[in-house]
Amino acid sequence: MTMIEEAPVSLADAPTRRLNMIEAINDALDIMLERDPNVVIMGEDVGYFGGVFRATAGLQKKYGKTRVFDTPINECGIIGAAVGMGAYGLRPVPEIQFADYIYPGLDQLVSEAARLRYRSAGEFIAPLTVRSPFGGGIFGGQTHSQSPEALFTHVAGLKTVIPATPHDAKGLLIAAIEDNDPVIFFEPKRIYNGPFNGYYDKPVEPWARHADSVVPEGYYSIPLGKARTVRSGNALTVLVYGTMVHVAEAVLREKGIDAEIIDLRTLVPLDIEAVQKSVEKTGKCLIIHEATRTSGFGAELSALVQERCFYHLEAPIERVTGFDTPYPHSLEWAYFPGPVRIGEAVDRLMKA
Amino acid sequence: MTGRTSLPRPGGNLPPLSLHVPEPKFRPGDKVDYTHLDIPPAGVQPRPDEGCAAAETNPLATDLIRVLDDDHSAVGPWDPRLDPATLRRMLRTMALTRAFDERMYRGQRQGKTSFYMKCTGEEATSVAPAMALADDDMVFPSYRQQGILISRGYPLVEMINQIYSNRADKLKGRQLPIMYSARDHAFFTISGNLATQYPQAVGWAMASAIKGDTRIAASWIGEGSTAEGDFHAALTFATVYNAPVIFNVVNNQWAISSFSGFAGAERATFASRAVGYGVAGLRVDGNDALAVYAATQWAANRARSNGGPTLIEHFTYRAEGHSTSDDPNAYRSAQEREEWPLGDPIMRLKRHLVGLGEWSDERHTAMDLELVNDVKAATKEAEKNGILGHGLHHPFHTMFEDVYEELPWNLEEQADQAIRERRSKWPEWKES
Repeated sequence: MTMIEEAPVSLADAPTRRLNMIEAINDALDIMLERDPNVVIMGEDVGYFGGVFRATAGLQKKYGKTRVFDTPINECGIIGAAVGMGAYGLRPVPEIQFADYIYPGLDQLVSEAARLRYRSAGEFIAPLTVRSPFGGGIFGGQTHSQSPEALFTHVAGLKTVIPATPHDAKGLLIAAIEDNDPVIFFEPKRIYNGPFNGYYDKPVEPWARHADSVVPEGYYSIPLGKARTVRSGNALTVLVYGTMVHVAEAVLREKGIDAEIIDLRTLVPLDIEAVQKSVEKTGKCLIIHEATRTSGFGAELSALVQERCFYHLEAPIERVTGFDTPYPHSLEWAYFPGPVRIGEAVDRLMKA
Repeated sequence: MTGRTSLPRPGGNLPPLSLHVPEPKFRPGDKVDYTHLDIPPAGVQPRPDEGCAAAETNPLATDLIRVLDDDHSAVGPWDPRLDPATLRRMLRTMALTRAFDERMYRGQRQGKTSFYMKCTGEEATSVAPAMALADDDMVFPSYRQQGILISRGYPLVEMINQIYSNRADKLKGRQLPIMYSARDHAFFTISGNLATQYPQAVGWAMASAIKGDTRIAASWIGEGSTAEGDFHAALTFATVYNAPVIFNVVNNQWAISSFSGFAGAERATFASRAVGYGVAGLRVDGNDALAVYAATQWAANRARSNGGPTLIEHFTYRAEGHSTSDDPNAYRSAQEREEWPLGDPIMRLKRHLVGLGEWSDERHTAMDLELVNDVKAATKEAEKNGILGHGLHHPFHTMFEDVYEELPWNLEEQADQAIRERRSKWPEWKES
C-alpha cells in the first residue's frame, strides 16, 4: 500500500470533531481496524481495560478478542510475535505501555523487524507500528519518562514518528499503520490531554481550545517524512517535535520573536528540504528535544544543518535538550528543557 | 567511606560459598566413556493420544523416544509405519544433505565463499520433520536446517547461489552464506541472531489461528539458544494463546565450544522446560529419523486440531565443527563423535531399509555416487553466476534497496557516493 500524498479532496469539507490526543489515536485505531481486517492490536492491558492511557478503549468490545488483545508482560514476545504476524500477512499495531519498557524488545526491532525486508530481499516485510507513550513531565520518575527516539533513528530500516497535535496524531498513525516498513510511533504523553507549554506552574489549557484539536472525521493520512510549519518567521528556525513544539511556541511568543517553528513530525524519514529551506531563510537554527543531549537526535540535526546550510548560518547552531542524567523524580522540572533554558538559547542566537 | 565489603560475617562458621562453573566430561585427548548417558531401549516409550493434557507427556520429556532398535528394526507405538518408498525418500534426502554439505565445505576451503555450516550427524532433525509437516506449514529455522529446504525440493543451484553471494543470489548478496530465505517454500528468512525466530514462529501461528487457517508453524533452535530470553517469550506466548506451533530444540551437545551444561543440561533435559509452561514435551533420539518423524507428526496433529504447542528436544550430536570458522579439536575430544552411542542417522535408516529387504549396500553406494554428481552439477551451474569476491555480484545500487520500501533521500545520496567511489578507484568500471 502506498502512502496517500494528499488528503482526500473531501477532507476540507469533512465534518470535524474536537479531540484530545488520546481520542484522536483511538479514532485512528478504530478506523484502521474497520478498514483493514489484517490490522490487530496487542499489548499489555490494551484489551478489555482499553490501555493504561485509554488509547484502545472500547476497541476490543467493538472488534473482538482476536483483533484487540492483552499480552503477557514480555516486550520481546510482543514485538517478536508481531514480526511473525507481519510475516503471515497481518498488520500488527503492538503497544509498548511505556517507551521506557521497550528495551526487552530492542533485538526484535533492531535485528529483526528493521532488517527483514533487506535480508530477505523483499520476501518478508515487517509492517508493524509500535505505539508507545514517551517523554516526561508527569512525575513518572526514571522509568516512565524517557525519550529514547535516537536509539531508533540510528537503526537503518526503522521509521520514527512523533506527533504533536491530535490532528497529526490521527493522520500520522493511519499513515504509519498503512506503511509497509516498521514504524516506531512515540506518543508524547505529557500532551495527551492538553498542549502543555512548559510553564509547569500554570494550568495546562485543554486541547479543546487549540486549533489543531479540530480533527476531521473518518479516514485521512498525513505522509511520513513531511514536516509541518507551525508558524512562519524570519528571525530564526526552530527544529522541534513532540511536546517541545508547544513549549517552543509559547517561549517564542512570549519573547515576541519572529521565529519559524518546524514540527518535524517524522525523524526518519526526515523532511530535509523543509529544514534546509527554513535555515537558509533565517540563518539561525535552534534545535530542541527533551531527550538527553549526548548523541541525541539534535546532534544529527545539527550536523545536517552544518553540512547543508553552513554558508547561510549567522550564528552557531543551538541545541536545547534534557540533561545527560536519568529522568529524576522530584527534580523533574530541573531536567526538563523548559522556558528558561530555551530562552537563554534564543537570547544567544538573537544577540549573534 | 570505610570500604568494608569483604570481611566475613561476624561469628559465622558457615562453609564458604563456591561457584559452580560447568566443565564438559571430555577435553581434547581424553578417552571418552558414555556409560553415564541413560539410553533406554527402543519401543518402550508410551505414545499418548495427540489430544492428551500436556502433563501426560511429562514422563516423555525426560525419557527418550526411540523407534529403531539395536537390530535396526522399527518397534513400539511410535513407529510411524512409513512405506518403503517414503523411507527411501527420507534416506535419499538425508544423504543429499550430507553430500551437499561436503561439497560446500570444500568450496569454502577453496575460497569460493566466506563461510559454511554443516549439519553432519543431525540430518534427521530437519529432514524427518520437514517430511512429517505439510509443505505449506511455515518453518522458522535456525542456521543448521538446510535439510528442510532440500526436503521441500528447493533447487540446490539457488542454495549455492546464496552461498556464493553471486549475481543470481535471490538475496542479492546481502546475507551471510546459508542464511537462506524461501517464502515460496514456506521457509522464513534465517536471522543469525539466535532464538529470535522462536517468538516470531509463535506470532505466525497466532496469526494463522486468528485467520482460521489450517497451517501451523514450526521453529528450530539449538540447545545453547534455549538460554536466550526469546525462548521464554516464545514458550509463554505459545502457552497463553495455545498457539499451533512446534518448538524444536536440537540438542547437539555443543554451542561452538560451550557444552550443553552452559544451557543447563547438567540439571534437566531441554524437553522438560516444557513442563513449567504447561506445554507438551517430547524428548527424542535425534539420530533416529523414524522417531523424529513420529514425534513431529504427533505434535503437528496436536497443533492442527487446536491442541496447542509442543516442545521437542532432539538428542543428537554435532559431528563436525560449529562452522568453517572453528576447529573442534581445540575444545573437545575427537573420540566423542566415534563413540556417540546413538550412531549415525543415515546409517541407521539405511540398515533399517536393508533389513526390510528394501535397500542394499550396492544401491546405497550407487545413490551416494549419483548424489555427489548431482551436487557437482549444481555447483558448476551456480559457478556460472560467479563466486564470492570475483566481481559477479548484484548491481551496486541494490545495496541501498530494501532498507525501506522506498529509497529515502539519504540513501539516494549515499548510493551516489558509493558509485562515485567505485569510479574513482576503477575509472573504467561499468555496472555489468
